[in-house]
Amino acid sequence: MKLIYKAPETFTKKPTTYCPGCTHGIAHRIISELLEEMDLVKKAVIIWPVGCAVFGYDFIDTDAAVAAHGRACAMATGIKRAHPESFVITYQGDGDLASIGMAETVHAAARGELITTIFINNGNFGMTGGQMAPTTLIGQVTTTSPYGRKPEVSGFPIHVAEMLATLDGPAYIARASLDSPQHINQAKNFIRKAFKAQLLGLGYSLVELVSTCPTNWKMTPVESLERVRKEVLPVFPIGEFRVVKGVE
Amino acid sequence: MGERLLMKGAEALAEAAIRAGAQIFFGYPITPQNETPEYFSRRMPELGRKYVQAESEVASINMVYGAASTGTRVITSSSSPGISLMQEGFSYIGNSDVPCVVVNVMRGGPGLGNIAPAQADYFQATKGGGHGDYHSIVLAPHTVQEQCDLMYDAFELAEKYRIMVVVLSDGLLGQMMEPVEFKDWVDVSKLKTPDWAIVGKGDRPRNLITSFNLDPEGLEKMNLALQEKYKKIAENETRYELFMMDDAEYALTGFGTVARIMKTTVKMLREKGIKAGLIRPITVWPFPYKVYEEFADKVKFFLDVEMNEGQMLEDVKLGVNGKKPVQFYGRFGGVVPTAEEIYKAFRLHLGGC
Ligand SMILES: Cc1ncc(C[n+]2csc(CCOP(=O)(O)OP(=O)(O)O)c2C)c(N)n1
Ligand code: SF4
Repeated sequence: MKLIYKAPETFTKKPTTYCPGCTHGIAHRIISELLEEMDLVKKAVIIWPVGCAVFGYDFIDTDAAVAAHGRACAMATGIKRAHPESFVITYQGDGDLASIGMAETVHAAARGELITTIFINNGNFGMTGGQMAPTTLIGQVTTTSPYGRKPEVSGFPIHVAEMLATLDGPAYIARASLDSPQHINQAKNFIRKAFKAQLLGLGYSLVELVSTCPTNWKMTPVESLERVRKEVLPVFPIGEFRVVKGVE
Repeated sequence: MGERLLMKGAEALAEAAIRAGAQIFFGYPITPQNETPEYFSRRMPELGRKYVQAESEVASINMVYGAASTGTRVITSSSSPGISLMQEGFSYIGNSDVPCVVVNVMRGGPGLGNIAPAQADYFQATKGGGHGDYHSIVLAPHTVQEQCDLMYDAFELAEKYRIMVVVLSDGLLGQMMEPVEFKDWVDVSKLKTPDWAIVGKGDRPRNLITSFNLDPEGLEKMNLALQEKYKKIAENETRYELFMMDDAEYALTGFGTVARIMKTTVKMLREKGIKAGLIRPITVWPFPYKVYEEFADKVKFFLDVEMNEGQMLEDVKLGVNGKKPVQFYGRFGGVVPTAEEIYKAFRLHLGGC
């Protein structure tokens, strides 16, 4: 029999700590596949966040660090500037990146740091029990927006990809979704381009991945995916927002 | 020894750090140490080394954390309010066993305070500041020359123990000009990437830099290992200077800038026939408790002088252990006491002027 598909070795056999149906696992798998396909495993350094993915180093077998909450892009900057031969990825949630770590993210992007950020937008703080995130939708109930997010109290969701795309530093900014095989393939394609941007020295790159959090959304995995399609994607449309010459 | 130059403290320390092998500097401007990042920004590119201005001190220290994780000689400098912002990073660095050097050019506080020289960050520097049980080695120079010499030691100690080393300076040492003689350049071509560094795993098993451990027993193990390391440092790296202490009947004590002024006071007292001397801690962490214990048997009393409310006083008292009185004279908010004022304070405790 001809082998046409197998698990990437870099995605370790260790059982992940994610809830059933959580799309963090899919994002991990895509990253592992690309690291292998693009021959980057040996030079990769991944900065894991404070958030559900804090144990990511156990699931993807590369050199790694766990940053302080939100500081992944600053730590990645230090690593990349000190050791430019490393291939540096930050993996961050929406609480990590868009709340506490917004300054570090915007400035790393503006400086055009040669790092790649994988940004998991699941609309809440997963690890700490489902509090409101900067990406929480208007009307969405979370443990800290029990009456639904109200703009007059909590402002509006932040569109990270669109916002960063206004800067001159990034070489590649895109948003993808992990809700269907077709979208997952697209996500992989986008991340490949983001990696390419770093490899070619073109600038900062980020792929926002619209993800699920079945546990805190209090939905089944299938309902979560449906919610992504019906409620989240209309607010957070997928697509490429900044592609500098050379990345395509 | 190399060249002798007349330099401003804040610039001299940068030059010393560069000669000591600093490969990369991250920082954010704050008075009274702006000449340091400015100097690095000019000099590092000249030597093919790196300088990055961060968006904040929070970012600077996390950039330092990243660079340190690759085993690169990395340094940042700031002043009190900026150092407060860095405390988060210090704690993470502490529990991750990565080496780096941080310069704190202290100014008057709390809050925005002012930009005058002060010593009010002693607690913050020596007792942690950030959360958790961690320490950094803290070196307290009292001249521009010593500040430069300690730069070399700072990098060596940082790497030897995989720890953060703080050079605790102040606005006076930063702003004054003094002649300095630099030690020889460190041959940076000999600096190797350590085997624990995260630079890409190549053909070895992966390396991990983290301060994280959810398992209480696992974290306790990490803490115990840290405490072992601190014990070793306290045993081997405690430093102090004794000035005219041989036959001293009275011990003055202070660190950094104040100790420098106190040397004049000691001389004034000696001229009056009063046998005074000075104990000057150079490492304020680890603190030289033993030397105080030793002199507690020999002197009549101690006078501790600081530019704060008596933060080191607690350590002095621990060392003296109740054997002799420990008096205190302190000025706040960036007021630098004169040798005469300290002289008067001493006479007061001696029982009259
Ligand atoms: C300084 C600091 N503040 C708060 C926390 C608590 N905390 C841990 S994870 C987290 C939110 C994580 O949410 P997100 O980044 O969206 O990732 P997710 O868990 O959803 O994957 C918070 C607030 C912390 N660890 N450190
Ligand atoms: S809490 Fe949410 S984000 Fe975290 S693992 Fe569970 S489903 Fe995933």
